[in-house]
Amino acid sequence: MSAPLPEQGYNFAYLDEGTKRMIRRAILKAIAIPGYQVPFASREMPMPYGWGTGGVQVTAAVLGRSDVLKVIDQGADDTTNAVSIRRFFGRTAGVATTTRTTEATVIQTRHRIPETPLREGQILVYQVPIPEPLRFLEPRETETRQLHALAEYGLIHVKLYEDIARHGHIATTYAYPVEVAGRYVMDPSPTPKFDNPKMDDCPALQLFGAGREKRIYAVPPYTRVRSLDFEDHPFRVQRFDRPCALCGAEGVYLDEVVLDDRGGRMFVCSDTDHCEGRRAEGFTGEQAA
Amino acid sequence: MYVAAKGGEAAIDNAHRLLAEIRRGDPVVPELSVAQIREQMSLLVDRVMTEGSLHDPDLAALALKQARGDVVEAVFLVRAYRTTLPHFGASEPVDTGAMTVSRRVSATFKDLPGGQVLGPTFDYTHRLVDFALTEGSIPEPAEEAEPGPDAGHCPRVTDILGQAGLLEPSPPEAGAPVGDLTREPVDYPADRAVRLQALARGDEGFVLALGYSTQRGYGRTHPFVGEIRFGTVALEFVPEELGFPVPLGEVPLTECQMLNQFRGSGEVPPQFTRGYGLVFGQGERKAMAMALVDRSLRAAELGEAVGAPAQDQEFVLAHCDSLQATGFVEHLKLPHYVDFQAELELVRRLRAEHEAAHAEPGEPLREAAE
Repeated sequence: MSAPLPEQGYNFAYLDEGTKRMIRRAILKAIAIPGYQVPFASREMPMPYGWGTGGVQVTAAVLGRSDVLKVIDQGADDTTNAVSIRRFFGRTAGVATTTRTTEATVIQTRHRIPETPLREGQILVYQVPIPEPLRFLEPRETETRQLHALAEYGLIHVKLYEDIARHGHIATTYAYPVEVAGRYVMDPSPTPKFDNPKMDDCPALQLFGAGREKRIYAVPPYTRVRSLDFEDHPFRVQRFDRPCALCGAEGVYLDEVVLDDRGGRMFVCSDTDHCEGRRAEGFTGEQAA
Repeated sequence: MYVAAKGGEAAIDNAHRLLAEIRRGDPVVPELSVAQIREQMSLLVDRVMTEGSLHDPDLAALALKQARGDVVEAVFLVRAYRTTLPHFGASEPVDTGAMTVSRRVSATFKDLPGGQVLGPTFDYTHRLVDFALTEGSIPEPAEEAEPGPDAGHCPRVTDILGQAGLLEPSPPEAGAPVGDLTREPVDYPADRAVRLQALARGDEGFVLALGYSTQRGYGRTHPFVGEIRFGTVALEFVPEELGFPVPLGEVPLTECQMLNQFRGSGEVPPQFTRGYGLVFGQGERKAMAMALVDRSLRAAELGEAVGAPAQDQEFVLAHCDSLQATGFVEHLKLPHYVDFQAELELVRRLRAEHEAAHAEPGEPLREAAE
């Protein structure tokens, strides 16, 4: 039962079992009420608030010894924070880690949903900075809680309408609010709205952890997730007018890389695993080395 | 050419090695010991313990050493360690009235039972840099007074005033468990016990500035320092299997009882109200600031108008924690390429539309909402 742990003196996946049980209860409640923010007794973790403490706690609570963990930040496996969190679980849980979306059973993410469609049995754990979609419209928790209870979402529609009045279209490009299962309005975390459609009817379980704000929420598998919009201004995602320069992929989210100080730019897949997978299959872009 | 601004594992390892090297400083200079920090940087150690919510001077000193003296980073280390400790239960309430005082001053009475005891304080020092300390010196021992007839008896000012009904009494012991914001999320509106916990853990600078703001008219509370006392109190715990309290040891504490004017209401005759501050070790500035903010946060309860930041518990409690604040501020260092890319795309599109609109002066402006 108790295999020797890579890190002495800490429980499997860092948190003690009592804390994990408390977090799992919050997760179960969150799954039972899709999109509802469940308060939980977020612990102080050995990484800073704002760097994924909520996601790390959710991952620690759902991780088992046979799980295969993938951690991405901005879509990439090799960004510093993704490396740091992957290592943390490597050290404290000793679980297998991967960069392949298809091989992973638990994927912790910051700001992206993988391009490769998720499947049943996978869990996508989002790191959330501000869980409250109404927070920038109403700073008070006592107020926003009531607005959710009454499903009174007029404020957020007025905000989107004001965008249209001012800019001609909705000017929210990430953390774009969604309605979950026809009831709660939810913040999808600061993923670009490009990723919002992937949340809808997704076969994987989506869990959201906000450590500093002490909230957990969830979208169970195969749940309707609708991005808020208007009949005459339907929701639209970002489009890129060129394919990935390395793998030639179209219809994916791209990072803009500045090549020089004379305006040189290249656009490459934000999802590094997707890009590497395509290149291994022989796809190339115009600037592939 | 593709130069990714992404950090690999080797870069992280090297950065950590460099950090350890810089922390040590010039190897010719002798290394600081944890005991030196604990004994000679004791106020800093006290602050780290208070904001770290953990009384362990050696651990706090070690954290300060590891953190290169950065207070917030040291608090962070202590809190992260605290998370992993088992929670046995709560001690009995400490009796600060029975404190062995090293310092006790009242600003409301010239003399009082137990007397004014200055103790170790910077208060009346002239802030002249003492260059003799450069070389180190052995301080002259302070003279000790003979214990008087009422030695050891030092009742709290609040108990003295309370007998005359001039001061609001302590709330009756409810017997209900006290909330613990390290184990339960804050539920607004938070009760006073939870607010006091948040203030005790709160960043000294933030709480100080808020307390100060109440003195400058942003939620005035007309405060008087009823009493500040610093000393050690006995800590007792009732193990379930014994059923009676056993002593665990002594803890040094600083307590501040602030007295505030209150005009009274239809039901309550005029009396003084109270603000309360309590911290580990010697931390008068923090204890006083905490007492000011505790009182200002009671505005709604006492029927006072609520408008100033220091009276707004959601504002104060949500922002007083230095770890939460530093984490979220500093997370802006993390990559945000995909969000920025989303904004870039929007700004480019808006600029293109703007340019198109201005390129055709003949065309009337469209209704924006179309």
